[in-house]
Order: sequence, then C-alpha cells, then structure tokens
Amino acid sequence: MDSAPATMKLESSWVQDKLFLGMTWNDYLRSQFTKFNAVVAIILLVGIPVIIYRLVFGLGPSTNLSDNNPWGIWIGFDMLCGVALAAGGFVIGTAVHIFGMKEYSFLFRPAVLTGFLGYLFAIIALTFDLGRYYRLPYPMFVSWGVTSVLFLVAWHVALYLSCQFVEWCPAIFEWLNMKKARKIFIKATLGATIFGVCLSMLHQSALGSIFLLMPEKLHPLWYSDYIPLFFFMSAVVGGIAMTIIESSLSHRIFSKQIKNHDPEHLDRVTLGLGKAASVTLFAYFFMKVIGLAHGATWAYLDSPYGYLYLVEVLGFVLAPALIFMYAVQNNLVNWVRNCAIFTVLGIIFNRLNHSIIAFNWHLPLDERYYPHWMEVVLSVTVITIGILTFQWIMNRMPILYEHPDYEPENH
Amino acid sequence: MDTSRRDFIRVLTGLGVTASLGGVGTARADSGLLPGYPNQFGVLVDTTVCIGCRRCEWACKEWNKLPNQKTLREYERDQSVFQKVRRTHDDTYTVVNRFENPRDASKPIYVKKQCMHCYEPGCASSCFVKAFTKRPIGPVTYDASLCVGCRYCMAACPFDIPAYQYYNPWTPEVTKCTFCFDRISQAGQIPACVSICPVETMTFGKRTELIDLARKKIRDNPGRYVNQVYGENEVGGTSWLYLSAVPFDKIGFRTDLGNVPIPTMSKPFLSLVSPVFIVVPALAMGFYSFKKRRDQIEKDELKKALEKKEAK
Repeated sequence: MDSAPATMKLESSWVQDKLFLGMTWNDYLRSQFTKFNAVVAIILLVGIPVIIYRLVFGLGPSTNLSDNNPWGIWIGFDMLCGVALAAGGFVIGTAVHIFGMKEYSFLFRPAVLTGFLGYLFAIIALTFDLGRYYRLPYPMFVSWGVTSVLFLVAWHVALYLSCQFVEWCPAIFEWLNMKKARKIFIKATLGATIFGVCLSMLHQSALGSIFLLMPEKLHPLWYSDYIPLFFFMSAVVGGIAMTIIESSLSHRIFSKQIKNHDPEHLDRVTLGLGKAASVTLFAYFFMKVIGLAHGATWAYLDSPYGYLYLVEVLGFVLAPALIFMYAVQNNLVNWVRNCAIFTVLGIIFNRLNHSIIAFNWHLPLDERYYPHWMEVVLSVTVITIGILTFQWIMNRMPILYEHPDYEPENH
Repeated sequence: MDTSRRDFIRVLTGLGVTASLGGVGTARADSGLLPGYPNQFGVLVDTTVCIGCRRCEWACKEWNKLPNQKTLREYERDQSVFQKVRRTHDDTYTVVNRFENPRDASKPIYVKKQCMHCYEPGCASSCFVKAFTKRPIGPVTYDASLCVGCRYCMAACPFDIPAYQYYNPWTPEVTKCTFCFDRISQAGQIPACVSICPVETMTFGKRTELIDLARKKIRDNPGRYVNQVYGENEVGGTSWLYLSAVPFDKIGFRTDLGNVPIPTMSKPFLSLVSPVFIVVPALAMGFYSFKKRRDQIEKDELKKALEKKEAK
C-alpha cells in the first residue's frame, strides 16, 4: 500500500533529474523562455508547415527541381556539406584511440556527438529529397544495386551512424547510471573507431565518386579522376575545422559544466588542430594542382568558371593553409578559430560548386537551378532541430566533462 | 558469356572481390569491353528523311497511355513547339526537334529524341536498388516498384532522358522510353513510333544489321551523310543509331561524350572498397599495438629507475 506513492515519487524525481535538469516542471518551463528559443520558435513556426507541405504536395510545388536539375541544395548542401563537416568524430577518434594522442581525448565525446547528429540530420534532410521517402530502407532490405556508388554511400552512412552511436553510448549510460552497459561499450570503442575509419574513408570519397558518372555535366575543372581523394581530404579538413569551432563554442556556452576548465589547455589543443589543418590543406592544395595536370585542364583556368575555381583553390584552400601556418607559429589562437570558420565556408563552397554551380554548366542560364525559398527554409529548419538536439544532450549527458562517478575511458 | 554469369561477375565487382576470383572462367575482360548482347534490337534513325510530322510523338503517348494527349491532327498542325528545343518529360517519352540546316536554310532538319538504350547504361549502374535492367533484346527498362526516387539516374544519363513525376506527391516515378518492350518482345512487333512513321525515317531490326545498313547508306549516297553513325560507339554503344547530313553537334547531339561506357567511370573506385576493409584495420591495429608496447616499455623503465633509487 505504501510502496505505490513511493515509486511515484521516485519516478518523478528521476524525470526531474534526468529530463528537467533537476527543476520542477514549472521552473523548467520558465527557464526555456530565452532569446535563443524565441528565434528557434519562429524558425519552427515557419519550417514545420513547410515540411508538411513538402510531404503532402510533393517535390514539384515545394522545390525548383526539374528534369534537367534533379538535385538541389538538399543534396548539395544538406547531404554533401553535412557529411563532410561531420567528419570530426572520425578524425578525432583516429587521433585519440589509434594514434594515442591523449591530450586530445577530451575532444572525443563532443566530436562524436557532433558527428552522430551531423549524419543523422543529413539523412533526415535527404529523406525529404527522396520522391518515395518511405522506401528509405529499400537499398538495405529489398533490392541491392551493387554497381551504384550511392549503394555504398547508403550502407556506409547507415553503418557509420551505428558506429558513432556505439562510441557515444558510454556517455548515455553514465547519464542513465548503468555501469555494466557502459563498460561493454567502452570496450567496443576501439573496434568501432577502426571500423568507422574504414567506413568514413570510403563514404566520404564515395560522395565525390557519385559525380564520376557525370563527366558530361560537371565542369572539367571539378571533374577529375581524383574526386574520391579530393572529397576525402577536404572532409578531413572539414572535420578538424569543425572540431576547432565546436570546441571553442561549447567551452564558452556550456562553461558552467566544466569545473576545472583550463583555457590554456584548450588553446594548446586548438593550435595543434590548426597545425593539422594546415598540413592537410597544403596536401589537399598540391593534390588539386596535380589534378589539374592529370586532367590537362589548365586552359579552362582563363574563363569565368576558371576564375571561380581559382577563388576556391587559392582563396579557400591555399590561403587558409598559410593563415593556419602563420597563426600556429605565432601562437595566435583566435586566428586559428577564425580561420577554421573560413575553411568551413570554403568546403561548403567546394561542395556547392560540384553539385550546383559548376554542375550542368553547359545549359543556358534560364535552365539552371537556383533554390526555391521552401528548400532554404526546410534546410534551415532541419539544422535548427539538429542544434536543439545537440543542446538538449549537452545539458544532460557528460559530454564536455568527466562524470564524477566514473574513471576516465580506457580500453 | 551468358546473362546470369555476367550479372554474377557484376555483383562481385560491386562488392570488390573479383580480384580473388580472377582466374575463374575463360573471359577476364571488363564487361564494358564486351560487344554487348549479340541479338539485341535497335532502331536506325535517318534524320535526312524526317519531315517533322510528330506522328511518332502521338503514337508513343497513345501506346503508353501518357497524359496530355491531343488529336493526331493537332500534332501535325502545331508548328509552334519547334521554336524551342524540347526534351523528354514525365508526360512525353519522345520529342521531335527542329534545327536549322546549315546546307539549305529552306529545309530544316528534324530530329527525334528518346532513350538511346545504351549497351552499358549509366542509369542502371547508378541505381542503388537495381530498378533498371538492360534486356538481352535491347531495351533498358525501369521497375517503379523498387524506385526510391533519389533521381541519380537522371543525373547519370549522358543523354538527359529520364524525367520525374515531380507533381505526384505520393508515388512519383521516373519516366522514360521503354523501346516498347511489351511490343517487341513478341515476334513481328515493332515499336509504336516506328510503325506510324509515314516516311520510314526509322528502321527497326537487329543492331548489327542496322550498322551494316547505315554504313551501306553512307557508302551508296556520297555527300548525303557525314561519315558517322551516332550511337555506334558513343558511351560504349547504344541500341538507337542516327544518320545525319550535318555534323551531329549542329542538330542537338553531344559529341563530347567519348566512347567509354558511363559505368566504367566509377569502377576503379568501387574496386577499392574491400581492400580498404582489409588494409586499414591491419594498419590501425598495428599502429595501436606499437603504441601500447611503447607505453608499456616506458612504464617499466620508469618503475625500474624508481626501484633503483629506492634501493640506494
């Protein structure tokens, strides 16, 4: 008789503790009235009806896609940029767990979380692009089109999402206080990381290889036999740059969570990441030059598309490589941070060049694609929901800090 | 090489394990280098004959029960459509376009456009659910019951043929010419467009014989044609073939496609898939063990040094 109210109380305190950050329902609700949430509310108020409109009325009325331009920003931006910029989980995972760079280990959990959510929301955005989104599992369970690069992408992205979930699980189980489950997943981390490296190498490059089938549509300066390598290298750069941005932002926004926050340690690590970004960018730049020589496409450089290409390769690859180098040599941490933002913009520019700007370049201007406003709103909405999810998890799980009850990870 | 073995090899290539089976069988040739199904049908289109009556467009819509059908008379009368070069759409599997004749301005050139039915179709190799099939008798057919709607096939087609039902919200399909697969599967039947043509612009038959015919026409009528059969080698060869009086790029064809089949473009990449899964884990585990051993040695040495100090 007495036990019923007791469990009720226990449950409500569990809910309070885990979901409402230890506050009562009313206090929690009141704490949500912030300027940030007001902006979010406006975006969702416009965005969610747009999503419903897309699902009910189809691609025709909600996009500018056409028979000549079958892919728009949901592929070119949400999918290509989303996946490239979510490479942080795999880059940091390799550094920490395979190369044993222990001083970067505090970046592992936030990077894995960012990676996991990046992939998840890229897939969610992709779903809206598919004509029959309810058939999303078809390439896994119904019919295998093994000659398709997209088949590889579908499988690898799905498997990699699972890998990142495994890597993230210890944090979930610490939050839920489940010690045995946590231990199992800590042991699985190394395996998941190695498997994740293979998957990442392949699907990051596969996203570029999609364009290998379109030599007649993609401008010769961007079409190259090296597309797989270019996409992989730039994704590594994207992963490093996003980790720099994400770590400096979350250490500012969620600084209350970290008890013994050591800004100098973060600065040192940021400089290290800047160095890695610089080296990778230089390598990527030289590969780009070799790509020009290999394809013998020098002559195209002196044309409008050539100037665009030079802006991309000199302005967004070589320039940040030099800035990173200069900043690291002179200990200019904020330069590294700003340069990371610049680098990310460059990668977005590169992916949009492949998928939209230099794609179908032979068509007259009035047959070219530009996004419909609903395509933009839907993308912004999906990204906003992604950020909300990230924030929700950061406020609850031990991502930035070490849970006081647990030993640091070791395998 | 029969169909099933060919498919089997293709499946293996996709998974990246052909290398280990290289010795099996007699042929080691890339499927792109094979001459294709020997008995496939084709159509030879002689663009010097076409009068632009657009009856083929009507017949195509009629047979495939496509929307926005008009009367045959309206097709013949409506000249306004020729002001723009058109392409295929979800309600139109074939279109006839008009081009200026650089030789004789009073005689415009009419060119029919539809799926070329490639030997090695880009659409089929791009499809991640295998919704496209190259039939041994020639047609490349599409199975809507598998299609997820990613539209990669539309991007991968070098001739810009597949179209999409963008305004169908729940069950949109890719649409394209079927080469009247349902008709030509039966002996003696020919495609709807070919059968209605009043001036015999199109000849239906075995592709190998059509190439002989095309070559003979070029030989027997000096000056009438340019010395090229479009589709003989383009992207590895297509079932539909064209003859022209003027260079093909003057009448809406792309002459920069090359002779390499589209699927061949992504094969080197696909062949890397399984090696990555073998080489990378081995290297990673090697590196990891190396690092662990180094750490252990460091620890042991530190311990020894401390013990020595204590002993003193």
